[in-house]
Amino acid sequence: MSTQRGRIRITGFDPQAVEDRDPLSEWTDYEGTETEGRWVRAARNFRRNRVAMFGLVVVLLMAFVAAFSRPVEVWGVVVQPFSLAPYDPRTILYLQPDYAHVGRYDPPSLAHPMGTDGSGRDLFSRVLVGGRYSVSIGFIVVTITATVGIVYGSISGYYGGIVDEVMMRILDVIFAFPGLVLALVLVAMLGGGYWQLVAAFTIFGWASYGRLIRGEILKVKENEYVMAAKALGARDRSVIFRHIVPNAITPVIVQASLSVGTVVIGVAALGFLGIGFEPGTPEWGTMLDQTLETLVQGPGGRIPWWATIYPGLAIFLFVMAMNLVGDGINDALDAQEDVAMTQGGGG
Amino acid sequence: MGFRRFILKRLLAVVPILFGVSIITFALVYLTPGDPVDLMVGMNPHVSAADRARIRADLGLDAPVYVQYYRWMINGLQGDFGIVYASNREVSEIIVTRLPETVALGIFGWVFALLIAIPTGIYAAVNKDRAGDHVSRFIALFGISIPNFWLGLMLILVFALWLDWWSVLAPREPLYSTSMLWYLILPGVTIGTAASAILMRIMRSSMAEEMNKDYVTAARAKGLPERTVILKHVLRNSLISVTTVAAFLTAGILAGSVVVEVVFNWPGLGRELVNAVVGREVNLILAITLFTGIALVIANLLADIAYAVLDPRIRYD
Amino acid sequence: MALLEVNDLTVKFYTGEGVVTAVDGLDYRIERGEKFGIVGESGAGKSVTALSLLRLIENPGQIERGEIIFKGQNLLEMTDEEVRRVRGNEMAMIFQDAQSALNPVYTVGDQIAEAIRHHMDLPDSEVRERTIQLLDSVGIPEPETRYSDYPHQFSGGMQQRVIIAMALSCDPDLIIADEPTTALDVTIEAKILDLLENLAEEFDTAIQLITHDLGVIAEVCDRVMVMYAGKPVEKATVEELYYDPKHPYTVGLMSAIPRVGERSHRLQTIPGTMPDLVELPSGCSFHPRCPYAEEACTRTQPPLLDPETGEPLTGSGVERGAACLEYSGELVRGLDFQVTVDDVLGDEADAIGDVDVATTEGELDD
Ligand SMILES: Nc1ncnc2c1ncn2[C@@H]1O[C@H](COP(=O)(O)OP(=O)(O)O)[C@@H](O)[C@H]1O
Ligand code: SF4
Ligand SMILES: [Mg+2]
Repeated sequence: MSTQRGRIRITGFDPQAVEDRDPLSEWTDYEGTETEGRWVRAARNFRRNRVAMFGLVVVLLMAFVAAFSRPVEVWGVVVQPFSLAPYDPRTILYLQPDYAHVGRYDPPSLAHPMGTDGSGRDLFSRVLVGGRYSVSIGFIVVTITATVGIVYGSISGYYGGIVDEVMMRILDVIFAFPGLVLALVLVAMLGGGYWQLVAAFTIFGWASYGRLIRGEILKVKENEYVMAAKALGARDRSVIFRHIVPNAITPVIVQASLSVGTVVIGVAALGFLGIGFEPGTPEWGTMLDQTLETLVQGPGGRIPWWATIYPGLAIFLFVMAMNLVGDGINDALDAQEDVAMTQGGGG
Repeated sequence: MGFRRFILKRLLAVVPILFGVSIITFALVYLTPGDPVDLMVGMNPHVSAADRARIRADLGLDAPVYVQYYRWMINGLQGDFGIVYASNREVSEIIVTRLPETVALGIFGWVFALLIAIPTGIYAAVNKDRAGDHVSRFIALFGISIPNFWLGLMLILVFALWLDWWSVLAPREPLYSTSMLWYLILPGVTIGTAASAILMRIMRSSMAEEMNKDYVTAARAKGLPERTVILKHVLRNSLISVTTVAAFLTAGILAGSVVVEVVFNWPGLGRELVNAVVGREVNLILAITLFTGIALVIANLLADIAYAVLDPRIRYD
Repeated sequence: MALLEVNDLTVKFYTGEGVVTAVDGLDYRIERGEKFGIVGESGAGKSVTALSLLRLIENPGQIERGEIIFKGQNLLEMTDEEVRRVRGNEMAMIFQDAQSALNPVYTVGDQIAEAIRHHMDLPDSEVRERTIQLLDSVGIPEPETRYSDYPHQFSGGMQQRVIIAMALSCDPDLIIADEPTTALDVTIEAKILDLLENLAEEFDTAIQLITHDLGVIAEVCDRVMVMYAGKPVEKATVEELYYDPKHPYTVGLMSAIPRVGERSHRLQTIPGTMPDLVELPSGCSFHPRCPYAEEACTRTQPPLLDPETGEPLTGSGVERGAACLEYSGELVRGLDFQVTVDDVLGDEADAIGDVDVATTEGELDD
């Protein structure tokens, strides 16, 4: 055995000689190139990922179009004067003297590229404006829920013991309901509307981030530097937020980016079910609500397929682009592929 | 044996969760702003303050919250969830007639998801980074991104209206009959698409991960044909990670049933829930939400059992 | 005819960072019943060599060229079907990490029986019987009951015994053991090596033993090949290698072995690390780490040379060779290491395993 080899002795093999002499050739161990930060590398990886960049461009474009589709007023002051949409999305055109010729469910034409809806409103304008609701709710909800979830999960994971036990059992109970069902019941109680929907998706939506970051924190906690920080007497709060969270955040970012699409679909689903917004609101899901009747009554007469296809296509396009971005972030950060998996359902 | 102890432990863990589920359900409906009586009678000016007080007393709403919860639970345990005010029907009767419809839809969705996802997931993993893999990943991305209500509408548009393969509304026939199976296809596919896409991605990544492990090389080194290596050795290990997301997928399918039942006018609990929300039928909302929670807890339990069956490390701690 | 003859084996991996030449022009041969050692630091290409023998190199790897002649047939020219008949049957493998080489969801009995059932035409009851016998012969107590236990119910050492039983299950002619004891602690390592040796004797099986530990080689092997950066740098019998190493890398490995009574001393390790195989140093790949390196070493890549004559050697028949410019006379200063054999520890006469050499005292000049 390797400990018994007592007889052979090597002399004259002097490793020091290698370190003392000048390098003989250009060749070097390149170990020192890893100085570049994780985020810098991730950003570069993301930029190189053409599919993800395509998704990002689509997302930005759709957000841009939604923002500039109609002027924005804040307390009576116009803060955004541009108007990309040719018509007001709420105007019933045939009631206007200039547009008396426009009918209900007019098929797509040059004047109305996506046709008109069941009330004779310009569908193209409505689709452009429609992104304002679900898309902005998507980003707001994800920002709030991720923040709350990080705090909740950090506390649970950092303190462990009975605190952790109780906080995790609470999560188990929340996970016993599909998010959409909870949102539905909350909307039943709170009523429909923009901020009500934000609340409906926020009140329980943080739970998955809580569980995720807790798991990550348990992993990071093993690391010695956290122990070292603790030994040096750093206060609990500063240990959690200065040392642990930044190291555990990667999967949360991935999940957040993939959740935007889920929330957008959820908001549109409530709109579709007719309980998210006032009927007639130019919101993608709400617009589809009315078209269901036209399909059920078919196939006699014309089927106004455009009223069904375009608003849905807008949701689909946005969510897909957002998922491409999320997958790209996942790849760029080299996070676990599984994180990306538990997203996207539930809509 | 370890297995029985494992199941017992899980069953015991379910009890507090079910308790929590009932509390959340109850709290959701009773502790959110708005007086239930208002919800019931609306702003009807013909209902006087005295009437309201009487209704409150009748319904037991003047009792403290915990008494109300206690009553609701005791009644619920005896199968009494109150009545639907608009129609005077028993909530429990609605649940009993609607539940099988939703279960049928959910099972169809699950079976569809498994049938599509497992073979394509295996295929994609075996052909990782080749054309077939890229195509199936792209399709999965579609499945994850498409809103189910729009998918349902599009299926109706294409298959019922343009191709005329189905009538738009399913005829009402006995639910568990072969002819109904035909009418389950469109809503079932709609409900199962997202689950199928997610499952396919999970299968692909877990198969690919497993295939890098030494036991796979060891199995090949034994001279086993590739089929056996994949379908016997790798598959069983990958299915373990499927069971860990099964409850999550069931949640998605349950949520999907709400929307899909409305799209296809399918007379299940989901459509009933939407109607209850629109009509503010508190008792019905409470009962359906509670049953959704219970269904998911049970699904979770079943997934845990499947996990233990697949993975001996859980069984024999 | 040798049992195995490897000629000019070259394996490359086409990775994102570039082409890795993991094995570069390897030649060696193993006789029936022989115990052949391959030694080198981690990353030298040992595992890739092992996997190539069974044609188990997966994407993005590829066997570029060469011959693997096993019992007279070139494995690289066989159909997949024919290779599968060799795998596990005539040539079997033992892995470094037994725990991960066992499928966690099947019983160990199943996993051993699987190979037997696949290769031998036996009824189920006999398959089971043979499996239990194998478990018994690798020293697993109560083999009948342990048959239906799962891998996680075994200790690391016992898992490695299961792997050995699996390798022996179809009575192979060659077992490739890739670092079979690296994951185990020292006392268990000794037992496993003993077991492996005894069984090889009993089953008349040749062993290709791969390790990064020269001590293990001494324990078990007859002949040795030292690998560095995908290439063979020295070939010798165990005695020659220990008492008369010719290549500076071998000498470096040897001086890194802890010596009795000197355990507290810092080990003299070879400075630096194995180069990344994408971009090798010019000339002799070892030159950035070699204490004797000179200017010539950065220019000329030495092939295996006969240390006596300085003649280049190729082919699997080479018995003694070292790839250092010293032997072609291109070094100006030369190598100046000495191997001393101390007699101080007389009671350790069995120190290097079964190697039986006439104990020479004093200096062995190179
Ligand atoms: N699957 C693979 N993909 C890319 N490179 C590989 C792969 N397997 C091995 N290599 C490369 O081959 C070289 C030799 O590896 P290996 O044979 O495992 O070394 P060892 O001597 O430690 O067993 C390593 O440098 C590694 O980079
Ligand atoms: S050729 Fe030069 S660098 Fe290579 S081993 Fe010999 S002395 Fe060292
Ligand atoms: Mg190795």
